[in-house]
Amino acid sequence: MLRYSLKRLLSLILSLAVASLVIFFVIEVAPGDPASFMLGINAQPDTVAALRAELGLDVPKAERYLAWVGGMVTGDFGTSYTYRTPVARMIADRLWVSLPLALYALMLSTLIAFPAGIYAAARRGRPGDAVVMGATQLGVAVPNFWFAMMLVLVFAINLRWFGAGGFAGWDKGLLTGLHSLTLPAIALALPQAAILARVMRSALLDILGEDFMRTARAKGLSRRQALWRHAVRNALIPVLTIIGLQFSFLLAGAIIIEQVFYLPGLGRLVFQAISARDLIVVESVVMLLVFAVITVNFMVDLAYALVDPRLRART
Amino acid sequence: MSRNLALGAILSSLVVLAALTSFLWTPYDHAAMNIPDKLQVPNATHWFGTDHFGRDMFSMIMVGARTSIAVALLAVGIGMALGVPLGLAAAARKGTWADELIMRGNDLVFAFPSLVIAILITAVFGPGAVNAIIAIGIFNIPVFARITRGAALSLWEREFIMAARVAGKGAARISAEHILPNVLNLLIVQGTIQFSLGILAEAGLSYVGLGAQPPLPSWGRMLADAQTMVSFAPHMALIPGVAIILTVLGLNLMGDGLRDWLDPRLRVTRG
Repeated sequence: MLRYSLKRLLSLILSLAVASLVIFFVIEVAPGDPASFMLGINAQPDTVAALRAELGLDVPKAERYLAWVGGMVTGDFGTSYTYRTPVARMIADRLWVSLPLALYALMLSTLIAFPAGIYAAARRGRPGDAVVMGATQLGVAVPNFWFAMMLVLVFAINLRWFGAGGFAGWDKGLLTGLHSLTLPAIALALPQAAILARVMRSALLDILGEDFMRTARAKGLSRRQALWRHAVRNALIPVLTIIGLQFSFLLAGAIIIEQVFYLPGLGRLVFQAISARDLIVVESVVMLLVFAVITVNFMVDLAYALVDPRLRART
Repeated sequence: MSRNLALGAILSSLVVLAALTSFLWTPYDHAAMNIPDKLQVPNATHWFGTDHFGRDMFSMIMVGARTSIAVALLAVGIGMALGVPLGLAAAARKGTWADELIMRGNDLVFAFPSLVIAILITAVFGPGAVNAIIAIGIFNIPVFARITRGAALSLWEREFIMAARVAGKGAARISAEHILPNVLNLLIVQGTIQFSLGILAEAGLSYVGLGAQPPLPSWGRMLADAQTMVSFAPHMALIPGVAIILTVLGLNLMGDGLRDWLDPRLRVTRG
């Protein structure tokens, strides 16, 4: 296990290093110099040069890359070009919206998908299964931002149960905060729930065909008992993997949903930063998201190896 | 042919037909503004109603289908053109450093949150259909590479490949002449699925303003325009949304149906 973990850790670090290089250089080749963008077209060359120096844009690229990565490791993400505040603090503020939103959506997605998948598997080939599978086909096809607009139309504009957008803030109380994240979380969760329900169903169906399930039935358990005691537990392994992957999807997917609901999360920060050419903010947010995805994948791999020793042996 | 495949094929052909027809005919000029007729709900003269500039939504949906299909199709093309040869090469050199390098590179692209990177690419190189195609296409490469490699690996163990090797054919020739035709079914199925994902991705990018730019109509941008008007003109949001859903649904059903249909093992069990 130790050897496997170390090997995976090494590949994690390598992935992060390559990812940071890619992000840095993609942004470096971006047309448009932040300093001249900020000062406008009428700026004097020496003013631009002074600002470039102040922003640290005049040092060689390699040096800047190292400073950027080194800073991130110690939690210093640099200073925003436009807001002149530490990027780390801006990101931390926004994370208080994006992270709870992703977790909320993950919880909803699991709550919908588990019963739906188990129900469909238990009724394989019958009308109940067909209805659930039809619903998941539809769920996968719906763009979440469109679904979000429909939720706003029905639950915010017509029924007035929720606000149409914006975030009340956690200082108004946990429930108020959750209330303003409910519609966005539902919109984010739906397509993921459809995928998860399909995975749950097919994992269960695979297991239902196994010998030990026949043994369980032969020793006198009813279909339902066998399903709950033996199949669901075993199906959890692939399902948990997908849940792990979905978390990062949700965090990244929140970028567009935040636009629909005008939520002050990472997504809106990225878009604001892009339009203001605040490259250091864009770089850092993207790197943070990539870091989250790669790290979650790494942890899923480890958890997987922990429950299934065959995986460790194979690598 | 299964019901899924038939339904999927019908839905997808309708969309393709609408896109192709739009080159020759649309009920109105999709870009013609007609303010007095703005925000009409669907009626006999404007089948899908009009938008806030009085543009005919039916014509816009038809031309928008063109954009969606073109972007998604070209993105799948990029994925296949680069991913399939990489997958074939990795399988032919299984276990060597080349295989390892290709597969680790794939893992790396997989690890990136695709939407974030697509946003990054279009933001850096400027919004537009071409950059959207590249951004979506890059993430199709590892999908096709992985699926090709997986299928090719098991083929390399088969006797007919052994026979080809004995006959003196090199790895490249075997890959092209024997492996590729045998993984084609799988690639068609995956291509259909990636195509539908591409439609969704294009809609998302256009929605946030990073996809196709005006005057080129796109379903995602129609939705972005509709957002502030959803309370008094819900048809502006409903119609492009339904167009996206039906297209993606059609492609997914077709992909599932094709998989069942093309897989001989499933056909045998069905009798």
